[in-house]
Amino acid sequence: MKDGLKYIFKKRAELIVIYVFLGVVALTCLFPLLWMFGSSLKTQATVFSDPSLIPARPEWRNYYLAWTKGEFGIYFLNSVFYTAIVVFGIIIVSSLAAYGFSRLKFPGNNFLFAMFLAAMMIPLPGSFVPLYVLVNNIRKVLLNTLSAVSPQLAHIMPAGFVQQSNGFILNQVFPRSAYVFCMINVGLSLSIYILKTFFDKMPKELEDAARIDGCSKLGIWRHVALPLAKPAIAVITIFNSLNVWNEYILAQLILSSKETMPLQRGLIVFQGMHVTDYPLLMAGMTMTAIPIIIIYLIFQKYIIKGITAGALVG
Amino acid sequence: MKIKSTLANYLFVLPAVVIFGVFYIYPFLKVFQLSLMEWDGILPTMQFVGMSNFKEIMQDKIWWNSMWQAGYITLIALTFQNCLALLLALACDREIKAGNFFRVIFFIPPILSEVVVGLIWQWILDGNYGILNTTLHNLGLSALVHNWLSDPKTALTCIAVVHSWKGFGWGFIILLAGLQTIPRQLYEAAKVDGAGSWHVFTKITLPLMVPVFSMVIILTILGSMQVFVLIVSMVGQGLVHHTDVPVLRILASMTGSSRFGYACAQGIIFGLVLIIVSFTQKKLSERIRQV
Repeated sequence: MKDGLKYIFKKRAELIVIYVFLGVVALTCLFPLLWMFGSSLKTQATVFSDPSLIPARPEWRNYYLAWTKGEFGIYFLNSVFYTAIVVFGIIIVSSLAAYGFSRLKFPGNNFLFAMFLAAMMIPLPGSFVPLYVLVNNIRKVLLNTLSAVSPQLAHIMPAGFVQQSNGFILNQVFPRSAYVFCMINVGLSLSIYILKTFFDKMPKELEDAARIDGCSKLGIWRHVALPLAKPAIAVITIFNSLNVWNEYILAQLILSSKETMPLQRGLIVFQGMHVTDYPLLMAGMTMTAIPIIIIYLIFQKYIIKGITAGALVG
Repeated sequence: MKIKSTLANYLFVLPAVVIFGVFYIYPFLKVFQLSLMEWDGILPTMQFVGMSNFKEIMQDKIWWNSMWQAGYITLIALTFQNCLALLLALACDREIKAGNFFRVIFFIPPILSEVVVGLIWQWILDGNYGILNTTLHNLGLSALVHNWLSDPKTALTCIAVVHSWKGFGWGFIILLAGLQTIPRQLYEAAKVDGAGSWHVFTKITLPLMVPVFSMVIILTILGSMQVFVLIVSMVGQGLVHHTDVPVLRILASMTGSSRFGYACAQGIIFGLVLIIVSFTQKKLSERIRQV
């Protein structure tokens, strides 16, 4: 009897220690975020002196100022733009390829798939150097073509319009599409891998039925494979969204003008220009973090699935 | 007909292969070509210099210093971060209430960007106005008040700790998934045989977890050696060589001193170091598994 009590007591004490430990770590995870949010609601005058977590008089105007004066509005919309386009591109390109690798026969099938797998495992730091060179070279070619073509175009169209559209292509369309393609490439290998393993396990009967009904290969991909692969597509959508939203280095190398920068780059630029404007910086950071946290809280199961899938390959 | 069908099949993988070829394979091969050149990135002509970039790297003290500093960050991540992850995973691998709640919380730092994490901690650790120094001061520990990020002695350690804060959730998730694959009957059988919890841990849990440990260690090494965005956002270019890591050196060779060939050679050397380290680690863990 005495032993039983002692056992129960020991178990209780153990549990308390565990909960305290977990609680403390959870707090250190949350506190910095709350501190960031709290600082974003203080004024330039109180941010250095007010130690309260959430100020008594929250300065919500900071968000308006950060959005307009701090130019986080532009950065935010750019981030949404890149994330949406890149993820859409990855879904289309990788599901086509994964379906091909899983179901269709052609010479070199296994070799090409192995190449994508190898890309996930070989670390290649510094590959951004030739990537930067490549983008610059394409830009030069584009510049030459445009300057060769525009005199001819000026005959048919107003010269001002030609000049404007040239500028638009060089400063907006080109850097944006270069960045989008680079980022599609970044997410491609893992997405193809996840989708291929999914297609491999999918029963073939439905596709056979569709084929007998006269569906083309592309039709089967579109109307049978894609709808069935929804869970896998959810995983790659969320995983790649986080990845694109958080990307920094390629954005720094490819997107040099403020009009095309995404949030991560914008934060560093803002910090470089307004070193001590912590409230607006924190407001910009909160804007950057909140969409990610919301998406994570809604889809955390998928995210963790994607991560374990990614880890199991390597 | 058959050829036409095969060609149609190729069309499915064509977009992926083209993008991959242009943005992965081409840069991959180009790195090796450029590493043999001296080139400023602007002039249309490059000068072939053979292996001289590599020879220069071997004597580049700043470069190897940056490698050791990345190694230091990795060492802290391997010990502090992974021990924390393992303890948390062990704590969550039992019937506790709110286990899922903790799992969700612990994975918040990993999903945030390095820029956001770096800037938050830069603000917390700020020498003059940071909440850490204010708190230390209020607790009467003024002796500990410190310019955490502008003192070369503490900056790198602070970066390593913040890196661990951002990263432990990864190890935690993977280790927990590993722990949950161990059949419960094994634990019960050991208990019936009268084994204490320490005994159970060393004789059952540890040996079964070797493959998972090995994976976590490799991921930690690859992730920590290549860290740099966190450093840019925490100290910027402030402490030039005291917080240098290889990727920052590569960037500096490229955008700073406009030596694209040298930057590529550095990339190759760094890639080789990473491959050798992960390969050695893999072989070691295979040997441990056999024992």
